[in-house]
Formats: sequence, structure tokens, C-alpha cells
Amino acid sequence: MSIKSNRLTTEQYKQNFSDIHPPFESHGAALVEANRCLFCYDAPCIKACPTSINVPKFIKQITTDNIKGSAHTIFLSNIMGAGCSKVCPVEKLCEGSCVFNLMGEPPIPIAKLQRYSTEKAMENKWQLFHRKKSIGKKVAIVGAGPAGLSCAHVLSREGVDVTIYEKEKKGGGLMTYGIAAYKVTPQFCEDEVDYITSIGGINIKYGNELGKDITLEELQKKYDAVYLGFGVGLARQLNIPGENLEGMVDAINFIYDIRNKGYDKVPVGDKVAVIGMGMTAIDAATQAKRLGASEVTLLYRRTRQEMPCTEVELEIAMLDGCNIVWLASPKEALGVDGKVAALKVEVMKLGEADAGGRRSPVPTGEEFVMDVDMVIKAAGQEPFEFLVKENKINNKYGKIVISNNCATNMEGVFAGGDCVNGGKEVVDAVQAGKDGAAAIIQFIFAQVDE
Amino acid sequence: MRTVDPAYKLSSTQRCLVKDLLNRQTLLVASWIIIEYCIKNCLLLEHSLQKKYIMADISSNFLGIKSPNPFWLASAPPTDKKINVLRAFESGWGGVVWKTLGSQVKNVSSRYSAVDYGGHRVMGFNNIELISDRPLEINLKEIAECVRLFPDRAMIVSLMADNDRKSWQDIIKKVEDTGAHGLELNFGCPHGMTERGMGAAVGQDPEIARMVVEWVMEAATLPVITKLTPNVHSVVPAGRAVVEAGTNALSLINTIQSVTGVDLNTLVPNPYVGGKSVFGGYCGPAVKPIALKFLTTIAQDPLTKKVPVSGIGGISTWKDAVEFMLLGASNVQVCTAAMKHGFRIVEDMCEGMNNWMDEKGFTKLEDFIGKSVANITHWEDLDINFHVIAKIDQDKCIHCGLCYIACEDTSHQSISLEPGNPYNTYTIKEEECVGCNLCKLMCPVTDCITMEEHRVAPGYINWKQWQAQGLPLNDH
Repeated sequence: MSIKSNRLTTEQYKQNFSDIHPPFESHGAALVEANRCLFCYDAPCIKACPTSINVPKFIKQITTDNIKGSAHTIFLSNIMGAGCSKVCPVEKLCEGSCVFNLMGEPPIPIAKLQRYSTEKAMENKWQLFHRKKSIGKKVAIVGAGPAGLSCAHVLSREGVDVTIYEKEKKGGGLMTYGIAAYKVTPQFCEDEVDYITSIGGINIKYGNELGKDITLEELQKKYDAVYLGFGVGLARQLNIPGENLEGMVDAINFIYDIRNKGYDKVPVGDKVAVIGMGMTAIDAATQAKRLGASEVTLLYRRTRQEMPCTEVELEIAMLDGCNIVWLASPKEALGVDGKVAALKVEVMKLGEADAGGRRSPVPTGEEFVMDVDMVIKAAGQEPFEFLVKENKINNKYGKIVISNNCATNMEGVFAGGDCVNGGKEVVDAVQAGKDGAAAIIQFIFAQVDE
Repeated sequence: MRTVDPAYKLSSTQRCLVKDLLNRQTLLVASWIIIEYCIKNCLLLEHSLQKKYIMADISSNFLGIKSPNPFWLASAPPTDKKINVLRAFESGWGGVVWKTLGSQVKNVSSRYSAVDYGGHRVMGFNNIELISDRPLEINLKEIAECVRLFPDRAMIVSLMADNDRKSWQDIIKKVEDTGAHGLELNFGCPHGMTERGMGAAVGQDPEIARMVVEWVMEAATLPVITKLTPNVHSVVPAGRAVVEAGTNALSLINTIQSVTGVDLNTLVPNPYVGGKSVFGGYCGPAVKPIALKFLTTIAQDPLTKKVPVSGIGGISTWKDAVEFMLLGASNVQVCTAAMKHGFRIVEDMCEGMNNWMDEKGFTKLEDFIGKSVANITHWEDLDINFHVIAKIDQDKCIHCGLCYIACEDTSHQSISLEPGNPYNTYTIKEEECVGCNLCKLMCPVTDCITMEEHRVAPGYINWKQWQAQGLPLNDH
């Protein structure tokens, strides 16, 4: 038992990390599904989409061979519509609300159809939006993730000159760094960022971290407005003995490495425990398995009813052969020679419902020990509390507090996405970016009027 | 009773093989194939005996021309040569109308085009093919062979001669020598032949049609069916003229002049022939309603209803066939559906019609032929006091909103929308609903929207009576 990289052959890696949701193989195949769409009025799928994509319209446009129009319909609501078609938990959003579910029939594969149109647009580099003439206003955006890019695109369309400050070497945020590689490839993420910024008027300064390379004060001085979309990043710690043993890793770092280094360069244990049951936990567990771990066990302190991931995600993990242990909370990591060798786990039961109606786990006093050589912590991410507080931004446990018009307490500083909501879907961040852009435009024009 | 040589009931491939083997005097093998066929047939017989639930008799007698079922293949490419016709008979078709013989022609390429709808191919179909372009002698020889091989099936030969008595009478003589059971006069082909004064050019002018039928009846000893063109405002004048001239039966409709579409790249309409196109004859499911209307007018006219009618026009299923027969057709002819799916579709046509007849208690075709003719009346005889109101079954509703948007945008704003997330609730405003059926027709769920009867008053009153009594008009 040990942690090591390069467990599989190139061919095995390729197979394990191939696209989990393959695209339509032909226009005809897309048409079969597109033609099933009923073209609902005031459609539930639109309402279930955080960005309100006009789903029936874009699907209808596929059936009329107006793929350009279809892609435009999607991007108009969601400039990351291509990426979202691959990473959205559609089973609880658009597809989950498709009226066919009520007939006991499979829903329209909305994501797959969305991918069909948006991929065509990206492949052909269709310029579906035109930037208005520059209005001579400058906006700084912190973070080139979904919120920042979405905000930037709307602003650029309106003729605003946008500069994005991004601490990483690539744009896309968690889309690029925090999602399983079998959902979106690093290359796709790069292409998507290039496609979004091809409208012009958006300058991304990579390797520029707020609080390190630039300060909020500087940005406020240099720009007419600032948008903060720097997301969340710090893995929530377990606060258990043995947490610093070798082999105790953060899921975010683990996933980041898989996407950044190449599959054969990422060390993985033989027996891996993953703590948590959110999307990130699933992505970490399945990818540990796909990197060659022989045994992967997901531990969650509540039950299937409370889990944050969707049933579809859970099924992916189960189909990958991951074990699931419900009502289990890590109590202590036991080491040998400074390396994690076992995990002491406490058996939980569900107690009273909390304010949100979710029943909290309570220890039963019962324990068991499992042999592990790697523990991946995916118990949630924490906001950049220090950065927020240092800049005297109003916040709640590090999450930025904004008003209805996306404004923070700082003059001309707006915010949105994970740094405000604490971590939601990509599609939520895209909508936050749109809202932020609308607020900023209003703010800028109010200044012009004065 | 005609006798059937069992060997000829083998499939065409088997038959060729048997013939070949017999020639080579390898009798043993040849016998085995025949034995195998007999075993298979016994199994089939057993199989058919198991289907005891099939009680009704769907055999057809049209002008004394008998066929095991009322399904004939219409005069068209599927019936233009022996190989197709034998395959059709092997598949179970009751009869064929052999593709039109007569005038000398030369065909072009391409010939067909279609209208697709909602992801389905061939809602409508058109063609610019002319009548048979094969040598007459070969056609006649093959017709005779088919009649000999399948004597229990109906063999009708479609004819279109040049417009003179001699041409018509010459070809009738030749065709009658083949042993065919009837003749069909093609007065309907709407493309190509019309430019030479034939086909629809004859059918569109009742007097010319009358003249040609008179020539035909002078020479014909076989029953004569006259096929009418729908490229007229009414088929009744031509129908009457040819009945008066002595035709034994009518068939309708032939194809409708059409342009199926324009290629958006070349800007040339379909079908494409060297950069140009012509109007083609439209057929397929799209024309069924038009055919049924024309059929009904023939079935209701006091003169034309005296002769049997062979119904044609977009028949694809047993249901379509039953509808044609309910509106007065004694049998039906099919083409486009077979061109789309092959001859095998006749199996379900027979079984479906049989099951329906059993359910309805009809034991033979005559029990239901024409039964719906009287149910099409004049508008002014409709009951004004009859009123229906839509009802949405909330348990079945899937909240697609299609009923709402149809009514709200294009009808009577009779559906209310109660917003929900993500599902709205839709209910009928009964006092506003005029009972138009629109919502029910647009609803994708079977029986979710039903039209419930709410008579305005118990008694029958029609438009004339309504008006005579001075009851309110334009009062909605």
C-alpha cells in the first residue's frame, strides 16, 4: 500500500478520462431528440435554469437548421453555455423539470443539444455578438472564472473596456481547475475562454493575485468600477488528530493537479477515503478510482436524503466502483512513519432538523477503523476570509455581502459568484456575472449623467 | 375455383432455384425445396389457426373482381414490372393496378421529391415520372405471367392511350388478351402527359373524358374503372360524365399538382432535373384529407354513387383504409406508404382491419362500406344548440402550456394561467370557451383535454331555423 503516480498505461488513462457524456454523432442524431421537444410555453426548463436560457427556442432552432441562431440563443443567456452543457447538474435543473418527466418518459437531453449547438459555434468561431464602440469606461474584474468572464462579456458588449486580474495562468476558474477531467478537458476550458474573449475589449492579466500583486485600492483608483469574482478556494479542514500526516490531501488540490499536471503525474493511494458527498467529493473519488486506486470509499456523515450531490453523480461514483458509507464521520487519522495508514471513523445518526430543515448528524459513540493510505478531504470550500476582511469588505463568515444591485459596501465595488454565495454551480456564477454587469452599467451611466 | 400450382407460391428466389435445379435434373434437391415449403406452409397454417380471434372476412369483390383483401397497389412505380408485382403478391397484397400502359414515353432523372415534417420523412411525396417506359410487349407478357402465378389476386391494368379511338381500342384488345381482370383509365396524371393532352388533361374536361370512356366501352369486355384527377374544383362533373358514358367504376384521387419545396442552396425547386424542375403529382399522407373530401362528394352524388369507387390518396394504415371505406370506397389503393416501407405494410393492414371489424361486429366489408357518408352534411344543417367545453384533466396535465398559448394567442383567451415554479397550472374558463377543439388538438397528452358536451338548449336547431326565429347573431 502506498501513494504513487503512473499506475496505468497511457491507453487506460485515455479511456478512464474520456468524455463521460459523449456528444451527438451527427446532425440527424441531434434532430431525433430536438424534434421530441414539445416547445413548451413559459417552459419549466427555462425557469429551472439559473441563467434562464430559452431552451425550447434553441432546440426549435436546431430543428430548423438554424444552428447559429440556436447558439446565439444559448450564449445570450449564458456565455459559458458550452461548458455548462458539460458540467451542469441538469438532472436537478433544466432536464429535471422537463415535462416529459411527468409523463414517465425520458426528458429531452437538453445539455447534449446545448452542447451540439455551442460546440458548432466554437469550432467554427462564429462571432455571434458585436461589441459596441468603446464608451471610454474602464472596469476591473478580479477572477477570470465563470462570474468574471460572464460579467466581462456583458460589459464588453456594451462598449466598456474590461481588464481581468487572474491569479492563475489560465482563465475559467473552477471550470478549468476544479471539475473532473472526464466532464471538461483542460483544452476545452482554454478554448472556451478564448471564444468568450474573442469579442474584444477584454484584457486578462494572468498571474495577478489580489492582495499580492495588486490591491483593491489601486483598482478603485484606476477603474470606473470593480467587480469581485474571485470565488472560494480554501478546503474546509476536518480538525481531527492526524490531519497533517502525509497522504491527507485537499480535494481541490488533487483535482487541480489532475487537470494541471497530466494523469500519470498525479500520485494516488491504493486505498483511498474521500470525506464528503458534494460534487467535488464525487469528482475526487471517481478520479482517484480512474487514476488506478484499487479501493475508494466515500464517507458522509448524513444519509442519501441529505447529500449535496445529485443522484446522477452518486451513480457515477457507484458505477466506478466506489464504496459509500453513510452516517460516517472521520474522527482521527492514524499514521505510520508520518504517513496516514488508517482512519478512525465515528458512526453517526440523524438528530433534530436544523433551521433549514436538514437533520444534523449526531455521534452514536460507535467507531470503526479502516485501512487507508490516502484521505481526500472534500468537506466543502471556505471563502477567502482573510482577503475579504483585510479589504474591509462587508461579509458574513468571509462571504461578501452585496445589496440587491450587486454592490458591496465599497464605492464602485461590486461582487458575485462563489465569493458571495459560498460556492454554487458554474451556471449560478454566470448569472451572478450578468447581474453584476447590469448593475455596473447602471452605475457607470449614472456617473455619465451627473 | 382457379387452381394454384403450389410451386409458384414459392418466393421468387426459391422458384428460380427450383427451375434451375429441375433443368439440371437434380430432382432430389428440387423436391426438398418443395417439401420444405410445404412444411413451412403447414406451420403457417397452424399459426393462422392459432389466430382464432380473427373472425371477420376481409375478402373483397369489386365489380366481380375478387381479391383476398381490399388492399390493391395503385398504378405507379411499384407495379410497373413482374418482379415488383410478384413480391407484392408474396407479401399478401390483394391486387395491383399495373402501371399505366399506352403512349410512348421517355423518362427523366431525378423524379421524386418529398415534404418532411417534424423530423418525419415523407409527410407528402411528389413525382414527375411518366407512364410505363418499358416496351408494351414485355409488360403484357409479364402481366400474363403474374396472373397465371397468382390467380387469386386482382390484376387491373392502367391505360392511357393517345387521344384517338383507335389507339384506345387497340391497347384494350392487347391487354384483355393477358388475362387481366379489369382496366383502369388514367385520366389523372398531372405532369408531363398533360402537355400532350393526356392524363389530367382528359380528366379535367368532362366532355373529353366522356368521349374517351365511350371509345373504351365500345371495345372493353372487362370491367372499366375510371381514375379521376383532383386537379379540379370538383370531381363530380367528370365523375358524372364518365358514369353516363358507361364506366363500371371510379377510382380517386390521382396526384395533385405541386411544388414540394425549393432547394435553398441551388434555389431550384424539387425534384431537380438539370437545373430545372416541373410541377409534380403530390401524394402521401398529406393528401388524405383532400382525397376523403373528393371521395365523399362522389359517394353523395345521386349519379356517381351508383358505381363502386376504389379509394386512393395517402392511405398508409388500416385505419386510413377503413376511413376511405366508411366514406364510400369499396376498396383502396396504396402507393406512397409501400414506397416508403416496402410491401410488408399490408400485413398490419389486414390484421388491423380484421381486429377492428371484430370489435365493431362487422363480419364483411359491405357491413361498413359507406357507413359515414351520411354523416357529412351541409353546414346549415348542423345543430347550433350543440356545445362543447374543453376540460383539462389536472392529473394528466404535464404543464407544457401548449393549450394556453394556442388559445391565448390565436383563439378565444379561454384558458387561465396560474404561475408556478416551475410548473404553471392551466384551467379552462368555461364561460369563455367556444368549444373549438384547438387546445385538445395541441395537447401532447392523450385524453388530457376532453371536450365535454354542454348543450345550450335541449332541442335541435339549425342555422335556417335560428335565423327564421330572429335569434341573436354575432353575439359572442
